[in-house]
Amino acid sequence: MPNGEDRADRPFRMSRRKMMKGVAAVLGAMALPGKDAPASVWESFFQKNFRELSGGDKARVIARLEKEYGDKYGKPVKVGTAPPLEGVLYGYGLDLSRCIGCRRCVYGCVAENNQSRNPQIHWIRVLQLNKERGVDLEEAEEYYNPSKVPEKGHFYMPVQCQQCESPPCVKVCPVQATWKERDGITVVDYNWCIGCRYCMAACPYGARHFNWKKPGLPAAEMNPATHYLGNRPRPVGVVEKCTFCIQRVRNVPGRYPACVEVCPVGARKFGNLLDPDSEIRYVIENKRVFILKEDLNTRPKFYYFYAT
Amino acid sequence: MRGNRFPAAVVAAALCLAAGFASAASPEKTPAGKGTAAAAVPQFAVPKPPFTPGIFPCSDCHKDIKPNPNRRELTDEHTSIVLNHAQGQRWCLDCHDVTNRDKLRLVNGQRIGFDESYLLCGQCHGDKYRDWKVGVHGKRTGMWNGEKQYLLCVHCHNPHDPGYKPIPPMPPPVRPEDIRK
Repeated sequence: MPNGEDRADRPFRMSRRKMMKGVAAVLGAMALPGKDAPASVWESFFQKNFRELSGGDKARVIARLEKEYGDKYGKPVKVGTAPPLEGVLYGYGLDLSRCIGCRRCVYGCVAENNQSRNPQIHWIRVLQLNKERGVDLEEAEEYYNPSKVPEKGHFYMPVQCQQCESPPCVKVCPVQATWKERDGITVVDYNWCIGCRYCMAACPYGARHFNWKKPGLPAAEMNPATHYLGNRPRPVGVVEKCTFCIQRVRNVPGRYPACVEVCPVGARKFGNLLDPDSEIRYVIENKRVFILKEDLNTRPKFYYFYAT
Repeated sequence: MRGNRFPAAVVAAALCLAAGFASAASPEKTPAGKGTAAAAVPQFAVPKPPFTPGIFPCSDCHKDIKPNPNRRELTDEHTSIVLNHAQGQRWCLDCHDVTNRDKLRLVNGQRIGFDESYLLCGQCHGDKYRDWKVGVHGKRTGMWNGEKQYLLCVHCHNPHDPGYKPIPPMPPPVRPEDIRK
């Protein structure tokens, strides 16, 4: 064999197999934190999926994150881990006959949920639609900018995460970094997300957003009341989405989500679908309600309605 | 026979109805006829009515003025108020009380405070009033599973010109092609 002869002639020549092994080893080593990296980096490197963390592990992770964010933003930051409330399934109502398209909700959400200002990430998109065409998404205009809203002949439909009962985004995640909680909120573990963006491709509502760059979040505008699965500061390269303000609503008593609170016309309604006396149940039982892209069978818990 | 049976049936039906009402009545509701109209709805925590600064109490000026109950166009005072709310069908004293200027007046003659003005609005806008009471019409803030803050109708709707006025929108989102730069 000519090859065998070659090897015998030149014993120090590296074989293809050996070289590939070496390259793999070097690349693998480069992916590890540097040897002078602080212990917290190693800890986050070996951190488990949030759902697999034991009580003690969870406390250590939270302490590490609170210190990290506190140092970075120069103020005490709380990272909550409140579990779902018993007997609660969140539902959201949006009154299309009231919404005037003023986008107060968009920026109220950004201020509450610590989205990147630059590059810009918005969890809510307000679509301007033609009254004569109805909900025709082909005709929807997202970048309208008149001096005053509402404009004649138009209505407005804000779109955000619909908190589907069978969420396609969760189905496609290859690492189970996103899941639906018992209270119906679909959440993301930013420390587990690998940034493949499959979920963004799967979501029919365009509700998931990717941190292409390191989020630009000025320290002065950072909201220090956070939740691990919600509005804590995100690293680069992970996907994020609306969580119905998980840091607010998972409390007794819990505040309304920021978008509900900021809406000047009261078009946004929020409550517990399992409570027959809640606002959202009244809406579903008494108003004309529709869900977006019903034909996809995602079963959203976000109900658009006409109160008039 | 017939003449006897009919009243008996009516009495029985009335008794059933009364029993039904009694069992259905929640602690917030009082039987009709007792209490004020305000007691018929839960007590709402509403912020103070949005008066023009310095205008309330109205009696500060009106105590020295002899009330003129004749329907007319006001030319001396309150000329900035242009009624765009079923104009022609009503004027000031249909809603403002003629004897006590610090009160509003329902059609049944009952006087209510300005902080209960939803009772006045609800006389005509019953459907909106019903939705408002359960928190579907209008804005609610506070706790979704706790104490809530309501707004009065007049916080969003000028009672003399109630259409919601257009407001400037916040800036549109940056287009993706501009983010990449």
